[in-house]
Amino acid sequence: MQLIECPWCGPREEVEFSYGGQAHVPYPDDPGGLSDEEWAHYVFFRDNTKGRFAERWNHSIGCRRWFNAIRDTATYRFERVYRLDDPKPVTP
Amino acid sequence: MTSTSRTAEGGRIDRATTLEFTFDGQPFTGHPGDTLASALLASGRHQIATSIKLGRPRGVAAAWAEDPGSLVQIEEPFPEPMLLATTVELYDGLAAHGLPGQGRLAEVPDSARYDAVHHHVDLLVVGAGPAGLAAALTAARAGARVAVVDEQSEAGGSLLSGTERLDGAPALQWVAAAVAELAEHPEVLHLQRTTAFGSYEDGFVLALERRTDHLGATAPKHLARQRVWRFRARSIVVATGAHERPVVFTDNDRPGIMLAGAARTFLHRYGVLPGREAVVFTTNDSAYDAALDLHRVGVCVQAVVDARPEGSARREECERAGIRVLPGAVVTGTQGVDRVTHALVAPFVDGEVGAGSAIACDLLLVSGGWNPAVHLFSQARGRLRYDEGLGAFLPGEELDGLSVTGSATGVSDLGGCLAHGQRVARAALAALAITPAGDDRLPAAPEAVVPTAPLVLWRVPDSSGAEGSTQFVDLQRDATVADIARAVGAGLRSIEHIKRYTTIGTAHDQGKTSGVLTSGITAELLGIPVQDTGTTTFRPPYTPVAFAALAGRDRGRLFDPERVTALHEWHVAAGAVFEDVGQWKRPRYYPQPGEDMEAAVLRECAAARTGVGILDGSTLGKIDVQGPDAAVLLDRLYTNLISSLKVGSVRYGVMCGVDGMVIDDGTVLRLAEDRFLVLTTTGGAAKILDWMEEWVQTEWPDLRVHCTSVTEQWVTFPVVGPRSRDVIGAVFPDVDVSNEAFPFMTWRDTTLEGVPVRLARISFSGELAFEVYVNPWYAVAVWERLLEAGRPYGITPYGTETMHVLRAEKGYPIIGQDTDGTVTPQDLGMGWAVSKKKPDFVGKRSFARPANQDPLRKQLVGLLPTDRQTVLPEGSQIVEFFPDGQLPPPPVPMLGHVTSSYRSAELARPFALALVKGGRERIGDTVHVPVNGTLVPVEVTGSVLVDPEGARRDG
Ligand SMILES: [Zn+2]
Repeated sequence: MQLIECPWCGPREEVEFSYGGQAHVPYPDDPGGLSDEEWAHYVFFRDNTKGRFAERWNHSIGCRRWFNAIRDTATYRFERVYRLDDPKPVTP
Repeated sequence: MTSTSRTAEGGRIDRATTLEFTFDGQPFTGHPGDTLASALLASGRHQIATSIKLGRPRGVAAAWAEDPGSLVQIEEPFPEPMLLATTVELYDGLAAHGLPGQGRLAEVPDSARYDAVHHHVDLLVVGAGPAGLAAALTAARAGARVAVVDEQSEAGGSLLSGTERLDGAPALQWVAAAVAELAEHPEVLHLQRTTAFGSYEDGFVLALERRTDHLGATAPKHLARQRVWRFRARSIVVATGAHERPVVFTDNDRPGIMLAGAARTFLHRYGVLPGREAVVFTTNDSAYDAALDLHRVGVCVQAVVDARPEGSARREECERAGIRVLPGAVVTGTQGVDRVTHALVAPFVDGEVGAGSAIACDLLLVSGGWNPAVHLFSQARGRLRYDEGLGAFLPGEELDGLSVTGSATGVSDLGGCLAHGQRVARAALAALAITPAGDDRLPAAPEAVVPTAPLVLWRVPDSSGAEGSTQFVDLQRDATVADIARAVGAGLRSIEHIKRYTTIGTAHDQGKTSGVLTSGITAELLGIPVQDTGTTTFRPPYTPVAFAALAGRDRGRLFDPERVTALHEWHVAAGAVFEDVGQWKRPRYYPQPGEDMEAAVLRECAAARTGVGILDGSTLGKIDVQGPDAAVLLDRLYTNLISSLKVGSVRYGVMCGVDGMVIDDGTVLRLAEDRFLVLTTTGGAAKILDWMEEWVQTEWPDLRVHCTSVTEQWVTFPVVGPRSRDVIGAVFPDVDVSNEAFPFMTWRDTTLEGVPVRLARISFSGELAFEVYVNPWYAVAVWERLLEAGRPYGITPYGTETMHVLRAEKGYPIIGQDTDGTVTPQDLGMGWAVSKKKPDFVGKRSFARPANQDPLRKQLVGLLPTDRQTVLPEGSQIVEFFPDGQLPPPPVPMLGHVTSSYRSAELARPFALALVKGGRERIGDTVHVPVNGTLVPVEVTGSVLVDPEGARRDG
């Protein structure tokens, strides 16, 4: 049972959290202006990275806040967590 | 049976007290402090069971959890299968028998209690042997919060099995002092009979405490029998010791063959003489202690057979005692049936076995070296390193927050273990910024004697002609060297594949003695280094854990929360039959005497359609959405326009995912310019609140809006049917209930004797209906007022089954029953609920995708079986005949499936809803539904079968 660091609450057990998929995939400004293919990329396509991956997480059985995290998908290690209004960290 | 093999004195047993027990139906005695195995050995009984496949006699081969031989079933006081006689503490009245590999679960419910405790510490020390105690004392003296767990009945670890001395006194005196000192520290938790069985991420360790197992029938009922400790440790010290490793030779499985260290344990801890005439076969110096200790208590040690060409520097010590030492020799085989009678001993030169002779013995001790118990380290993803000199896998890297100490790291001398434990604890404390205490003295251990280098020997070549087929590697699986050779011959190279092919390491003991042997023998057969074969993955649990213990208190009614409405007791008293809707208990129907469900539901439906019915709809999800931008948020999430809704009015709405598929539906009440009450399905309540919060937080943080669940703040009672107006008018005389003053899809607030009540003209049945909302504290009172006022009209409480029939007759879908995540509003015939005016809302862009424009999409339609009899099973497939009356050849194309199906009182026939390809184009057609092997013709209809004009909603 991993501990996940909520930026608002501190480290909590992983069962309190839910996963929200890839981070930094904003809702398009003008969906009507997109081609079917561009729209399908927004709806259906996500990266499947091995290694460092920027993800959305929700402290759903806690403060219920969403936040972003850089997590290594191979080791499960959370390298850092950051607020939604923080820019995506530059990772080496 | 008398204790023929008990020493005259010594051991950690209470000789003044005698315990009676039975084994395989025969009476035996023992003492407190015994295990079942030690008591049987004390009576001269070595065979415990027969083996799983070959039926060979098997006995006690080790003294604790690594024993592959002594599998037993306990019958009294409560049946429990698959225990090791070596780990069962003896108690009065125990009844057990040996098991040939498989046990039998109890046929009566387990009445014992099990529980769990969470515990947070700075340092968790696993193992209370010398290294573990040294680490625990160091941390305790520093004022750290410490937990020490140990699987034995008392602390001491390997010191319980020997004669070591510390500070010039028996080492167990120091153990007692250490335990007493730990007890003085208020921040130290010390648990014996507690096995740490799994280590996970971030210092999480699970341990099983056996609290009353050793008490037998006298166990207090109020105590949990076993407890799972859920430790969260900032740092973990693993001091789990080492398991002795056997050497494999021909017929190495007979009762009377045991590990050399185990014989010392039986002698020193339990006062048991495991034999009269012993042969000791070893590759290292540790077995010399066993030979000398047994000799001292009068066992005739026939020979020490040492595989090392030069033998040991301790040879002289033995010979002074009159023990013959045979260096450069091995045991090549044994004789005996239910007990070993002879060891076959032969010279061993350059890997070749010479001509041998038989030495009589009733005890054959074996030592092939020691395997550090690295299980918890490996479970925590620590990498192992093979040590050529020891022939063992050791921790091969430093882990954050987990360190290994003592003989679990390959340290073998007592002083070394104590110093190592202290050093590791100090390093762990330093990493936690905890300062060690100034006075941190360890006892003085005798100077370590450097042992003669061990020989790494996995197996003795088979000179019997049996080609390894009786050279047992995993006794519990009856798996042999021949089986490994067969696996390698079949082309397997990976140790994981060989494990699964041979089943080695998959039994009760999970390969504690057989795992590393398998790696060594495999490497030998493949001609590669042992480091390259590696080990199989160590996985929790370290020793078996009963499901009952893992379940703890979360059984029966406590397995999952039960949610009940404020009217639950009323429903129970009214004889409701309940169904589970998520975690909710909802009345399904209210049978009257003699009624089955069908009769009850037909009666309830008829009441709602012709008179008045009442439902407890309190489980409906309710979300209070507030803020200046509340309407903006709802416009973006619903397919239809919400912002144009007037205060006091209600609108039905549909929500979709970005893919355009329906995720929920319900009604929205506008309470104020900046406040809405959103009603969701019972099952969708939590999901829709999550959905709203996700969009607000992640995409539209600029919106000034807040959402909160108020599901449990309001009970909801739909009063349904043509006479509902009379009932509501009577109970709430202040409210003008006429259609003009209180039209459909509006709501009004009122009070009932000062209690605020909200009424809404919402209908999920198509009938005139009023929903009554009130604080749950007043639920019973208001419900009873409504029943009282409805009595003249035969008001009838109805359950979810009737609710489903009424809504299905009107073609109202249940999201999640009539939809499955691939259904759009248009598929449901709800294009009218999709705004054309709004520039965007979630899902809108997807409606234009070609796949969502396909005229052959599955659409919601009604089905009427033409026999007016058959209730189509929900989930049934729908097929059609060719125009010539023939079925298409298999596979017959499936047009869709039945999603809801009921018998209708109103229609006086069964009907169904279904998703059918191009369904709306097929209205009027006849298709077929296979039911119990026959094809039932059904007519495709519109989805609204009752009152399609909507004439009834105003009464
Ligand atoms: Zn939080």
